[in-house]
Formats: sequence, C-alpha cells, structure tokens
Amino acid sequence: MASILGPRTSTTAPVPPTTPGPDRRRARPVRPWATPLAYALLTVLAALLLVPFAWMVSSSLKTNAQVFTVPIQWIPRELHWENFTEIWSRVPLLTYLRNTTFLAVVITFLQVFTGSFAAYGFSKIRFPGRDGLFLAYIATIAVPWQAYMIPQYILMQKAGLVNTFTALILLQAFSAFGVFLMRQYYMSVPDELVEAARIDGLSEYGIYRRVMLPLSVPALASLALLTFVNTWNDFMGPFIYLTSNDLWTVQIGLRQFIGQYDAEYALIMTGSVISVVPILVVFLLGQRYFIQGIATSGMKG
Amino acid sequence: MAAPAPPVARPAPPSATTYSNRSQVRRNTLLGWSFILPNFAGFALLTLVPVVATFGIAFTKWNAYSTPEFTGLDNFTRLVQDGNFRVALFNTVYYTVGHVPLTMAASLLLALALNRKLRGVAFFRTAAFFPYITSIVAVAVVWNMLYNPTQGPINQFLLTLGLEDPPGWTSDPSWAMPAVILTGVWKDMGYYMILFLAGLQTIPPELHEAAKVDGANAFQRFRNVTLPCLRPTTFFVLIMLTIGSFKVFDLIVVMTDGGPGRSTLVLSQLIYREGIVNGRFGYSSAVALALFLLVLAVTVAQYTRNKRLES
Repeated sequence: MASILGPRTSTTAPVPPTTPGPDRRRARPVRPWATPLAYALLTVLAALLLVPFAWMVSSSLKTNAQVFTVPIQWIPRELHWENFTEIWSRVPLLTYLRNTTFLAVVITFLQVFTGSFAAYGFSKIRFPGRDGLFLAYIATIAVPWQAYMIPQYILMQKAGLVNTFTALILLQAFSAFGVFLMRQYYMSVPDELVEAARIDGLSEYGIYRRVMLPLSVPALASLALLTFVNTWNDFMGPFIYLTSNDLWTVQIGLRQFIGQYDAEYALIMTGSVISVVPILVVFLLGQRYFIQGIATSGMKG
Repeated sequence: MAAPAPPVARPAPPSATTYSNRSQVRRNTLLGWSFILPNFAGFALLTLVPVVATFGIAFTKWNAYSTPEFTGLDNFTRLVQDGNFRVALFNTVYYTVGHVPLTMAASLLLALALNRKLRGVAFFRTAAFFPYITSIVAVAVVWNMLYNPTQGPINQFLLTLGLEDPPGWTSDPSWAMPAVILTGVWKDMGYYMILFLAGLQTIPPELHEAAKVDGANAFQRFRNVTLPCLRPTTFFVLIMLTIGSFKVFDLIVVMTDGGPGRSTLVLSQLIYREGIVNGRFGYSSAVALALFLLVLAVTVAQYTRNKRLES
C-alpha cells in the first residue's frame, strides 16, 4: 500500500504524460500518514523479531533468581556484569573460542582457495567431460548431508580421524557450494578478457591469479563470510566428531554447560551472548557481501 | 577489450573442436583438471564416494564390530516394522508441512514490507537477518526459556491476554512440534527474505505503474503482478525450504532431543542414533536412503508441477 513513497514517486513522475487529467489525481496520493504507518509497522515487526535477543542480553546481566520474574524485568534493576567475568572460570571458554576460530579460519581459507581455483577450471577452460563433472557437483548440493553421513563417519573412523580437527576440516573445506558460488561469478566475467590475457602470454594460472582473483574480490568475500559464519555456528559436525573436551568448539561447550548447570540461567545466557557476539560483528562488517552471496546462490544458471 | 580483434583471435564456440587438434584438447584437459583437482579430490572422497556408498551399505548387515554382509532387502522390511521409523517419518513430514508454508509466508511478507526506499530500512533488514546468523545452540537455549510453561515470557504474555490454560510448549508432547516449528520459522525467515527481496527487485516498476493506471488496488497488484513475476524465486525457495525441512536435525537435537517421549523424533536423528551412537551402519544407511528417496520424490513432484504451471 505505502509503496509509493519518497524516492519512488520521483521515478513515477515521468510516466503520466499520457493522460494528464485523471493521472494527476493518481500521482498525487502522497498520503501524509503512509510513512509513519510504515515505520510503526516495521518497528513492531523488528521488535517481535528481536525480543529473543533482548531477553538473552537482559538475562545475561541478571542473577538466576531474577531471570524468571513475574512480571518480566526487561531492564534489570541492577546490572550483574560479574557474570561476564565469572563464566571464564566456570568453563574453558577461551579454549573453545580458540578451537572455533582455528577451525573457521582454516576451513574458510581452504574453501575459498580450492573453490575459486576449481571454479576457474569449470568456467574458463574448455575440455571434454567438464560439464558432466560440474553436474555431479550440483547434484550433490541437493542431497541431504544426513543421507551420507554414515559412510563419511565410517571413512573417518577407519582413517583414525574421529576426534581430530582434521576430520572436520576435510569434511567442510571442499564443499560443492563454494565451487558453485564462484563459478556463478566467473561466468559473468567476459571470456574476451581471459582471451586477451592469453594472447598477452599469461599462463592459465597467471590469468587466475592476476585477472580473475582481483576481479572477483566481492565474490571471494561473500564465500569467505558465508563459510566462516557457517563453520563458527556449526553444531552437528563437532557434535558428531569431537569427543574430547579440549577440542570442543564454542557451540559444543555451550551445549555441555547447559546440560551440566541447567539452573544457571543467567550464566547460560552470558555464554550465549559471548558465542553470538563475534559472529554479529563479522556479519555487520561484511553485511553487503554476505547478503550478495546469498542472493547470488538463489539465482540459478 | 579484445573486441576489434578479427575472427582469428576469437574462434566461435562451436569451432572449438574443429580448430583444436588432439594435443590442444589434451593440454586443456590437463590444465582444467589441474584447477579442479585440489577441490575435487576432497569432494570425491568425502561427498561423492559416501553418497554412492550409502546405496550399497543400505543392503548389508554391518555393525561397528562386524564385516559387511549382503542381506538384500532385510533392512527395509525391518524399517517398515520399526515403530521408531514410523514415528520419525510422521514427525519429519509434520515438521515440513508446518515449516515450509509458514516460513514462506513470513519471509515473503517481510520482503514485501522491506522492499521500499525508506530511510533506515537497511536497519530493519539487518534485524530480520539476525536470527539466521545466530548459532543454533543460542537460539535453542533462549527459546526453551521463552517457552518455559510456568515462568516463560510467552506464557506470561498469554496469561495476561486472558488465556486460562496456555500450552506447555516443549514440555508437552502435543505442543513440542509446533514450538520447534515456530522457532525454525523465526530462525530461517531472514534468509529466505533475502532471496525474495532479490526476486522482487527484478520486477520492473513499470508493470506496477501500468496496473495502477488501470485502477488495480494494492491487493490486485500483488496477485496479478508481484506473484506471477516472483514465480521463479518462489519455486526456488520452495525447493530449498522443502529439502531443508526434511533434513531438520540440529534444531531438534538441541531444543528437544526428540522428546518429550518420541514426539519430535525426526529421520535425521534416527540415522544418527542408529548409525553413530549404536554403530548399526547397515540399518542406519537404509533409513538414510529412505530419507534421500523421500526428498528426491517430493522435489521431482514439485519440479514437474512447476513445469506444468509454467506452460
């Protein structure tokens, strides 16, 4: 209803020259209540969406007894910041954060490198069997991971890799999604550009490094961010493969803490806040690339 | 660019085979593979081989301490009689039937509400996207507290609305699944909103202007302009959501772990329990194969339906 607002009206302006009379009446309805109404609606929506976060942050600054009070105190009367110092001594959170960061960085690097490298082969070098191979990649994206997790597990078990970081790195660094996303982008780079570089005497590896990589920084950033966030948040991988406490990631550590101290409501919320904040920061910094990556993955080609 | 270079430098695509002799083809093949191999080696070993292996293992009796032994359809006859499998199958379908339409509606509404040039709209988009990037453990723990039947904010709110006997949510077998579905919708809708927003922005504004000139009201424009133009996006979202719902796993594991009782036990969880916890590789692969075929069948059905609607 309120879609004809502000800047939009300026784009409508040039349209009406056909029939000036009745159209002027239509072009005019810059209803004064439309903008405030839109904002009011959006605010209600945002509030509904963000209530769980508000509750999480608010509870993380309370004592256990204050978490469930009737009526709810959205802003605690006194702020218990000591929760944020106490949690470090209750759980080896630092180890968990270090493990998670290590996994996320290594997996992201490998995924971005092997993904973009393979995408170059799939998009800019012509050879028999290429498209069939790519089809095999795409097909597996649609297969639910749960359908083949048992053979994967058997493989890892036979290789003695269960309960190592190597297992998780191997499982997550070579996903078909990265190849797919990068290929989408490389397909939009004109072949003439690559052809010109070939004539200039650059080898294929040179073209990849000096032409494609610099051109595809936005796509690389998208893939890197998506992979980093996914790895950081991953629950099932570490849940299945990591059994010793000193290898756990933040997610597994938090989950374990909840199981052990299920009445420590405030500290549980403190731990949740600490586990969420790094990813929020990463997301806010790279939001544009993140969103772009998702929008691209939605366009089939 | 290379545009002025005459046909010599730029052979038309079909001629690629004619001008290139065998050594050229071999050179390109080697080069191509050298790019693909680092990723392909990992992908083949850890995705392609396991996918294929599932089909084989599903027809064997194989435990953690035994060697695989071909047993034909034994696993599948056992599957049909397994109470856990039937419950898990029902719950998986239940989750999908609830989660897919609700998430679709919610994310489309969000996209429509946020597809305008208002000052500050970027803030609202970011807010809508927050749940998606929040880890499942944090999501589960917060929602489980929100759902707390006696002291949780949700039931407190319902009580103030005058509801006498608010639901027990995750502690009540008949409300646990709706509770999980609701949380799933909240978490996922920001992601699909992005896909819908991208789709909405491809609709030329002239179409809306023309409809407006013809006197169509907002609802008519939505039905007759927006929805038809959005068709490819809607279809893609539907497919992604369906696949995603059938394989629901971590949300259930951390929120209810299948409980109370078996009221939220899903197929993925059954595969995990049978295969990794109990070490029944053969039987769990049969469950996995069933899940795969189910997803495949529904996807193909949606695909053919879409083809028919398009023509």
